[in-house]
Amino acid sequence: MRRLLVTLVALAALAPLAAPAATTITGAGATFPYPIYGRWAYAYQKKSGVQLNYQSIGSGGGVKQIKARTVDFGASDAPLKPAALEKHGLLQFPMIMGGVVPVVHIAGVEAGALKLDGATLAAIYLGEIRQWNDPRIATLNPDLSLPDKGITVVHRADGSGTTWIFTNYLTKVSETWAKEVGNAKAVSWPAGLGGKGNEGVAAFVKRIDGAVGYVEYAYALQNRMAYCLLQNRAGRFVAPTAESFQAAAANGDWAGADHYYLVLTDQPGEGSWPITGASFILMYARQAQTERAQAVLRFLDWSYRNGAAAALKLDYVPMPEAVVRMVERTWTDQMRDAKGQPIWPAR
Amino acid sequence: MTAAPPAALAAPGSRSPRRRRRGDPLFRGLTRAAAAALLGLVVTMVVLLLIAARPSIDAFGWRFLVTASWNPVTEQFGAVTPIVGTLLSTAIALAAALPVALGIALFLEEICPGPLRTPFSMAIELLAAIPSIVYGMWGLFVLAPLMADHVQPALQATLGRLPLLSHLFAGPPMGIGMLTAGLVLGLMVLPFIASVSGDVLAMVPRQLKESAYGMGATPWEVVRDVMLPYGRKGLFAAVVLGLGRAIGETMAITFVIGNAHRLSASLFAPGNSIASTLANEFTEADGDLYLAALIELGLILFVITFLILGAAQLWLRRMAQPEAGR
Repeated sequence: MRRLLVTLVALAALAPLAAPAATTITGAGATFPYPIYGRWAYAYQKKSGVQLNYQSIGSGGGVKQIKARTVDFGASDAPLKPAALEKHGLLQFPMIMGGVVPVVHIAGVEAGALKLDGATLAAIYLGEIRQWNDPRIATLNPDLSLPDKGITVVHRADGSGTTWIFTNYLTKVSETWAKEVGNAKAVSWPAGLGGKGNEGVAAFVKRIDGAVGYVEYAYALQNRMAYCLLQNRAGRFVAPTAESFQAAAANGDWAGADHYYLVLTDQPGEGSWPITGASFILMYARQAQTERAQAVLRFLDWSYRNGAAAALKLDYVPMPEAVVRMVERTWTDQMRDAKGQPIWPAR
Repeated sequence: MTAAPPAALAAPGSRSPRRRRRGDPLFRGLTRAAAAALLGLVVTMVVLLLIAARPSIDAFGWRFLVTASWNPVTEQFGAVTPIVGTLLSTAIALAAALPVALGIALFLEEICPGPLRTPFSMAIELLAAIPSIVYGMWGLFVLAPLMADHVQPALQATLGRLPLLSHLFAGPPMGIGMLTAGLVLGLMVLPFIASVSGDVLAMVPRQLKESAYGMGATPWEVVRDVMLPYGRKGLFAAVVLGLGRAIGETMAITFVIGNAHRLSASLFAPGNSIASTLANEFTEADGDLYLAALIELGLILFVITFLILGAAQLWLRRMAQPEAGR
């Protein structure tokens, strides 16, 4: 009996060693696409046996981890500048798109009831508009009676790709914002308080009467938060939906973007949601471990080609077919093994 | 220190003197090594922090300690807001916890009926075992609403009307901010201060107390004139222990302090502390200067803790002197 137990324990301890090394691939970074990466990884593991270990530590963390070479791929919601990519020998490509949504908590105001435009949203986040019954908000919402209540601005306390997309939009629509605050994963916020992660912002907005925050769309849906309508560049007020994200994404000129450096905020088009963004994958152009790199690429390829339905269900926007073909050509042209041979398409 | 009495050497069953002598150097060596390792660890930590903070120290110099801007976009960093937040939240915590902790300790030592003593002191020690993230969650979901809906409006309606104090209680009552953070911290350090104070008060010699009672002193007079003066050194140490815990507390504070890099006179306003800034921003800091500035914050926390503990030691020593001459 005892010997059997010892054998079993020994076998259990050896089991992970016996399996081939390439059955686990690792990634780290952006929290924004984490739900869909998790879903894809689950489905892909059932099909192929390859397991993805993805740590959603945030975009900045993802960039840091890939630079430290502790993971097979990094993920970031903010695209890296071409110069930075070339300096570190990294390749970057878009994986999935989605929307960032302003949410409010005002007694009596339901989801989709409040309309805002970019300049007003920027003025609120600059601390210039401090009351919900401010005339600038009232003129946008003639049919809504807004209370004489102070506005509590909620932003991310941690550095975040979601913040990068959001401040990128504010920078485009407000000169004051561009001059005084700027566009980054963490900025010097002129007003408000900070929550850690999308869930931290969601918790504060739900907690504080009169709060306004911004979260990734899935969090707004899951927490049943009161999202706002935003006026887009075409002058139309649009609701955040998969369709309006897609409309914005359709504008993306990926072919003309150096190293896929493309930002999808404030896009033209009647139906475009103005705060749309893509999430990126980062990998080294020179791969020492061919097998591992191919396992990662196979997973990404599978996700591009079979993951669209799951993505739409979670309100993300899958990458269009043409962009996928472009990305895979980049793999073939630019990714090399230790001997300088192309590693994609994998045998 | 005198050597052990010779009788012990000859006691039956004890080891031979020669073997004891071989054990002693070994024991001495081990303890010395342990102490040296600790010292080495602390020195290494400071040196490594200094090296990693170098870019920030070079870029900002002493200005880092006196500027309040914290702008990752332009890479302008200053430590005033987190330093003030750390000291202020710790001060609120101690101000809130000390009277309650002393009350608990005195109650347990002097007033509590014998059979109830054990359950009470166990309950206090259990408080110390709760993980800090649970305090944070409780602060956010239970205390913050309570503060926003009842405590803060009440404070604004009363103390907030007084001319100078009105600044302390200005702003919308959100329930999240410096005051709530200080109170959660206070609750967290309460068990430490209470249980150490209890131990200190238990060491007051019975003869002293009984002679005071014998002279007709009331319990309050005994506490005030005998127990507190006798135990003041130990009580001070209890406060320092609580302070040491409060000043570096991270998780609970991050939940309720509001995480805003802004100085404000109001206790209701969101702020931040050194530890909460590190918790929020360290993983995501991608500029070299940004990272160095965060590490310099860690170094500052280290120095603040060192200074406070050092000052406490000095003060304790000074307090000890007149007693020795008594």
